[in-house]
Amino acid sequence: MNPRRKKRLTIVASIIIGLGVVAGLVLYALSQNIDLFYKPSEIYNGKEDSGLKAIDGQRLRIGGLVVPGSVHRDSDSLKVSFKLTDMRMPISFSDTDPTVTVSYDGILPDLFREGQGIVANGILVNGNMIEASEVLAKHDENYMPKELADDVGEKHVKPSYSQAQLESTN
Amino acid sequence: MMWKWLHPYANPKTSYHFAGKILPWCTRLAVIFLTIGVTWALLFAPADYQQGDTFRIFYLHVPAAMLSMGIYLGMAIAALSSLVWQLKLADASAAAMAPIGAAFTFIALVTGAAWGKPMWGTWWIWDARLTSELILLFLYLGVIALHNAFEDKSLAGKAAGILALVGVINLPIIKYSVEWWNTLHQGATVSKLGQPSMSADMFWPFLVCFIGFACFVTALICLRFRTEVLNRNSMRPWVRELVANEGKTHAV
Repeated sequence: MNPRRKKRLTIVASIIIGLGVVAGLVLYALSQNIDLFYKPSEIYNGKEDSGLKAIDGQRLRIGGLVVPGSVHRDSDSLKVSFKLTDMRMPISFSDTDPTVTVSYDGILPDLFREGQGIVANGILVNGNMIEASEVLAKHDENYMPKELADDVGEKHVKPSYSQAQLESTN
Repeated sequence: MMWKWLHPYANPKTSYHFAGKILPWCTRLAVIFLTIGVTWALLFAPADYQQGDTFRIFYLHVPAAMLSMGIYLGMAIAALSSLVWQLKLADASAAAMAPIGAAFTFIALVTGAAWGKPMWGTWWIWDARLTSELILLFLYLGVIALHNAFEDKSLAGKAAGILALVGVINLPIIKYSVEWWNTLHQGATVSKLGQPSMSADMFWPFLVCFIGFACFVTALICLRFRTEVLNRNSMRPWVRELVANEGKTHAV
């Protein structure tokens, strides 16, 4: 390679490496802000990397798996409450996992199910309760046809609403 | 030297004709693969157990997103060879790729939003994956703008090339955003080592669609590259000769 090309290559390479390092440091410094949500265990122990704890009254997002059997629906309104626990693969639940209770008044997304990952946006109250104003379903990266899902015992029941529940929305 | 076989293609005329030769082949392959792939994906692939038919947007969204990053990488490599080896044709190919990449980024964002509304419950969320893909769109728009900002094409190529190279940092951020941070966007289904996280009868139509879209992109790049080369060499004798001949055959 002739010296002029070599020089240009060195300049270009060093600019890119330098900016790469800068971008890396910035992203590292901002990592807790880039994280979309708190995990339920992080509500109790603080963020994994910074130890930062959420305080009562703080607006935050919480992401986790809906604990099976914890979903309580009001029979004549859209009010619903459920418990969330940390996501982990493969999916499993134990009674000792820290859980956070989420209460919400509104229509849940189609993918909302017990055992499903969800992200809720709301205000922290009493240390471990979230009054959510928005509930989003987090889909995982697995896709399969219904027959296969039945074989491996995946539940796939959409949330359904009674007439009375739907009429309570204005 | 090992790169000697490449030297004839530094000549605009040779490259123009080479692109002209592969263009019809890519077009044919794209038509065949896309016809089979899209029919298979939309009509015959099984519906997902949770999402039903909505999941079929996957067959457009994922190839578009993967190609938006692939085209960017190609454009950055062209920009690097243009800056270091000062190949004028590399500039022309980078300029040819930018709008196509921008279009595919836009498709990935729009199809993603259309899927997100029914499945997540929102069109848009500022999570790391969505935001970094949006930044990719802005990088493409910046590169396009810089290519058109200067009268002098080699100056424009240099400015756009530097932006394209700096933007490469965004590619690993997009790819690994779903692993480095908590995001609403799910992790990789197909673009990862090992078994894809979908059943085989859903994966094969995806592969056919992806190859189809890749051929389509190659054809588009060849087409735009030829136009760029003609534009930049419009005063050269070989272009004038070409135009004169074209005029004869298509004269009414």
